[in-house]
Amino acid sequence: METLFEFLVAAFLVTAGIFGIVGSYGLIKLNDQMSRLHAPTKATTLGVGGVLLASMLHAAAFEKYFSYHELMITLFLFLTAPITANFIAKVHIHRQETRATMPEAGGDDHWATHDTPEDEERRHAEQTPPAED
Amino acid sequence: MIESAATFAFACFALAMLMNLWKVVTAPDVADRILALDTMFINAIALMVLYGMALGTEIFFEAAMIIAMLGFVSTVAYARFILRGNIIE
Repeated sequence: METLFEFLVAAFLVTAGIFGIVGSYGLIKLNDQMSRLHAPTKATTLGVGGVLLASMLHAAAFEKYFSYHELMITLFLFLTAPITANFIAKVHIHRQETRATMPEAGGDDHWATHDTPEDEERRHAEQTPPAED
Repeated sequence: MIESAATFAFACFALAMLMNLWKVVTAPDVADRILALDTMFINAIALMVLYGMALGTEIFFEAAMIIAMLGFVSTVAYARFILRGNIIE
């Protein structure tokens, strides 16, 4: 039983290390900015998840206490990784793309990231009826 | 067996952090720089949990949790500053 747990913890650690280094290598290697976004958000999150699982197993099998802090960290990371990825993609749209290079925005004529104060004023003037003198 | 696996994982995450640092220095655009910093935060969490596991203590989990929260908040604040020129409107 001891050997089985030892093997499991070692396997989780090795997989996590490989995923972590693949994620960071992809950040250097990939050419396009939006492809580069894939590597850290997926591979590195999985790598950290592996380390946390290994740590939980290690605490339960060898240190004789059950530790649930790792679950909290895993949950937090899995919740926040898509949000940060979304924000970074928005920064990319804001700085690299123009209104012409973006796909159709459905009912509106442009995406909210490209909104300027002039657009906002124009919309506001269209929505509110002109004041009567 | 666990010792050699943990050494391997330490080496992998340390190398990953060095690569992220390289990317922070040489990134062509600010979005790449934010992404590399966020990845550095995640790798730091992994290193911290590994270190706590190697020492057999629970102390480092609080630190890892705080680093996770700081990483999320700082990444969002940075991205928001680029997007709106303001963090809390």
